[in-house]
Amino acid sequence: MKGERTISLKDFDSDDPIAWCPGCGNFSILKALKQAFVELNKKPHEIVIVSGIGQAPKTPHYIRCNTFNGLHGRTLPVATGVKLANRELTVLAEGGDGDGYAEGGNHFIHAMRRNIDVTYLVHNNQVYGLTKGQTSPTSCLGFVTKTAPLGSVSPPLNPLLLAVASNCSFVARGFAGEIDHLKKLIMEGILHKGFAFIDILQPCVSFNRINTFKWYAERVYHIDDEGAYDLNDRPAAFQKAQEWGKRIPIGIIYRQAGPTLNPQQSEIPGSIPAKQKIDPAAFSGIFELFT
Amino acid sequence: MSVDVTIRIAGQAGQGVQSISAIIGKIFTRHGFYVFINQDAESRIRGGHNFDQVRVKDEPVYASKDKLDYLVCLDENAVQVDLPHLDPDGIAIYDGTNSDIKSDSHNYFSIPLEQIALKHGKSKIMVNSVATGAVFALLGFALQPLLDRLGEQFAAKGSDIVDRNINSAAAGHRYVQENLKVVSGKKIPPGSFSKKKMLLNGSQAMALGAICAGLKFYSGYPMSPATAIMEFIASRAKEYDIVFEQAEDEIAAANMVVGASFAGARAMTATSGGGFCLMVEALGLAGMTETPLVVIVAQRPGPSTGLPTRTEQGDLNFVIHASSGEFPRAVFAPRHAEQAFYIMAEAFNFAERYQTPVIILGDQHLNDSYFTVDELDLGRISIDRGKIVSEDRNFSAKDYKRYAWHESGISPRILPGQSEAVLYADSDEHTEEGHITESSAVRNRMVEKRMRKLNGIRNEMSPPLIYPSKKADIVLLSWGSLYGATKEAVDRLNRDGIAAQMIQFSDIFPFTTAPFLKKIKQKAKIFAVECNYTGQFADFFTRESGVSVFHKLLKYDGRPFSPQEIVENVKERI
Repeated sequence: MKGERTISLKDFDSDDPIAWCPGCGNFSILKALKQAFVELNKKPHEIVIVSGIGQAPKTPHYIRCNTFNGLHGRTLPVATGVKLANRELTVLAEGGDGDGYAEGGNHFIHAMRRNIDVTYLVHNNQVYGLTKGQTSPTSCLGFVTKTAPLGSVSPPLNPLLLAVASNCSFVARGFAGEIDHLKKLIMEGILHKGFAFIDILQPCVSFNRINTFKWYAERVYHIDDEGAYDLNDRPAAFQKAQEWGKRIPIGIIYRQAGPTLNPQQSEIPGSIPAKQKIDPAAFSGIFELFT
Repeated sequence: MSVDVTIRIAGQAGQGVQSISAIIGKIFTRHGFYVFINQDAESRIRGGHNFDQVRVKDEPVYASKDKLDYLVCLDENAVQVDLPHLDPDGIAIYDGTNSDIKSDSHNYFSIPLEQIALKHGKSKIMVNSVATGAVFALLGFALQPLLDRLGEQFAAKGSDIVDRNINSAAAGHRYVQENLKVVSGKKIPPGSFSKKKMLLNGSQAMALGAICAGLKFYSGYPMSPATAIMEFIASRAKEYDIVFEQAEDEIAAANMVVGASFAGARAMTATSGGGFCLMVEALGLAGMTETPLVVIVAQRPGPSTGLPTRTEQGDLNFVIHASSGEFPRAVFAPRHAEQAFYIMAEAFNFAERYQTPVIILGDQHLNDSYFTVDELDLGRISIDRGKIVSEDRNFSAKDYKRYAWHESGISPRILPGQSEAVLYADSDEHTEEGHITESSAVRNRMVEKRMRKLNGIRNEMSPPLIYPSKKADIVLLSWGSLYGATKEAVDRLNRDGIAAQMIQFSDIFPFTTAPFLKKIKQKAKIFAVECNYTGQFADFFTRESGVSVFHKLLKYDGRPFSPQEIVENVKERI
């Protein structure tokens, strides 16, 4: 952060009243996100947050910045379009586990492969909140919901393992109970040149009585507290991504070394599609192909 | 003497049917003639039975003829399948050297294409050039333009390939001159060389039109018959600073386009009916968030996978109604390549002016067929990006409301990052600010705001083409790519003493407010001509205009109507 900070938390105040349950993990994520913007000195109009449908995708309404609150599961294609059309914008995508890992699973894989400079935040509460308590792709085995009254019979998806396997250039996990740590992760994600994926453990106070704040607090540990861990070591990342149970790692799990950006963003100098002036006369040469 | 010559090149996929038709089409386009090439292909890469039918006229041509003046058979199967379509005075050629098929008709001639190719071109691959040379001799057309074109076409492959092609074509030409002197088929007179006219298919015209209208972002997923659009845009992307992204599916493609358009770039996707099924969700998203969205739907017979390489007009109802809920949209169906070019700029202008989806409805018959197009005029393209708030306007960034109420339904956009203001766009029902709301008053107002834009669009829709202006008892009603066949049918009916008129729509939805019905006889018998089973446009026309259709002339075998078919059907029913 060069120079003086010109932005404060107040600049991100939205007058839209918040519609989450009291005590929801989303409040902490919202706070961490705003703090990250302030510390990076991002101006509200320089930011676009694209979100899907669910409780998490309401987040950008509660921040003063450009927002595209689109369809369930389709955050990443829209965010990709926004970023490719105007790479000067700071683009984030935000959704929940249903939005990102169920409805949007295919887009998730391909967004990682494309490696467009978008930061993707997934509020992962292992249950469906907006639709009032159904099974999610990350619900634990045996987790009882209205759609799995005898308990979930399919093992949960491991989004971090999928991300490492999909060559995602930045893979991290945060926890809504640790705002300062999460803020730093989000800042790292935004600064990362390429697709940055952050899975955020977010307790749901209404529909998930198993994976509570307390449950997580007893298990999470900071990866960087455990001594040397090479962020560029992919085999190590595969191992780290599989840790779950008594101990759950949070922090950056993998970060690709060297330049990572998709050539669509880095190789066309000076031409921002969203800012180009349109002049049909400039195309007179194009007809020669057909004469 | 007027010129109207039809040449069919038939054979297996991979034998070079299209390369022969392309070269013939190019040369006659450059010599002052008008060409129409219809492609009839199976959904396979090798084998099967395919043909290209080239029609050369001395006036603009937009449809195929039933009877062939020339038939070039590249395999035995083509002889069996295509010979019945030959005009009694037509001529068929085939390499009968090793074949059991013996000519038993006066107009079927064996030419040792392969022997000539091996001798003069040193490869069997040169059969195409031999056959093309033979065709030029049969047409009584000079050989030099063909040799020049071969030189140009293969220049990049080196002088050896050029020479072998030129020698093969010359040898094929010579063989016909020396051995088939008695043959007297239709001739094409010399024309004057000019490189002003173009030969391009509907897909290329749409892609060109989009690029010239300022397309800066394309995302799509390959699907016949729309793939040529994305391939052309990909081939020009670097040169014209267009971001091109092949999406993982049509859902992503449409959503990426929405994102890019939201950010301020002119953006588009193209697909066929099956791919559009996946895009429908994003169509509603664009309607609700009021984001400009341009989608080309090149129809093929459905439902589901249907007939991938053939034609139909079966998606009209689908594109008019697609999506949950209600929002304004515009649908255009170009008549031919030239109009397809110009309509693209209009599509972008409509999409940005009304901040809503616009669909261009093509079909395989339009998208894959080649047309000779007179010089295209970039001066005719106007760019209207609609209401965009820019920095210099006097407004307070804090007070900006993305969905501010306006009588027209149109709220000025800002482009994110290009102004101090911020915007909230939402797929939920939203307030003027763009935040989620459940208020019944706001809901009513927002629905009304969006739907008001439909009135603006409706008032801008062009009336149908009425041709000729003289009122008649018989009226042919058609839309989109059936223009060519319908117009020619009307001309033939009039020539045969049956007074006929045509109403031809290319601005489809919303239905025009123009008083065009005054231009036709009140009691005229209206024949609706379209390529689908239910007569979708006829029903739409009746519903909107209150005017009944006398008879629906329908076809759904995946092949286009020919003028002759329409004429015969009309005559049967009057």
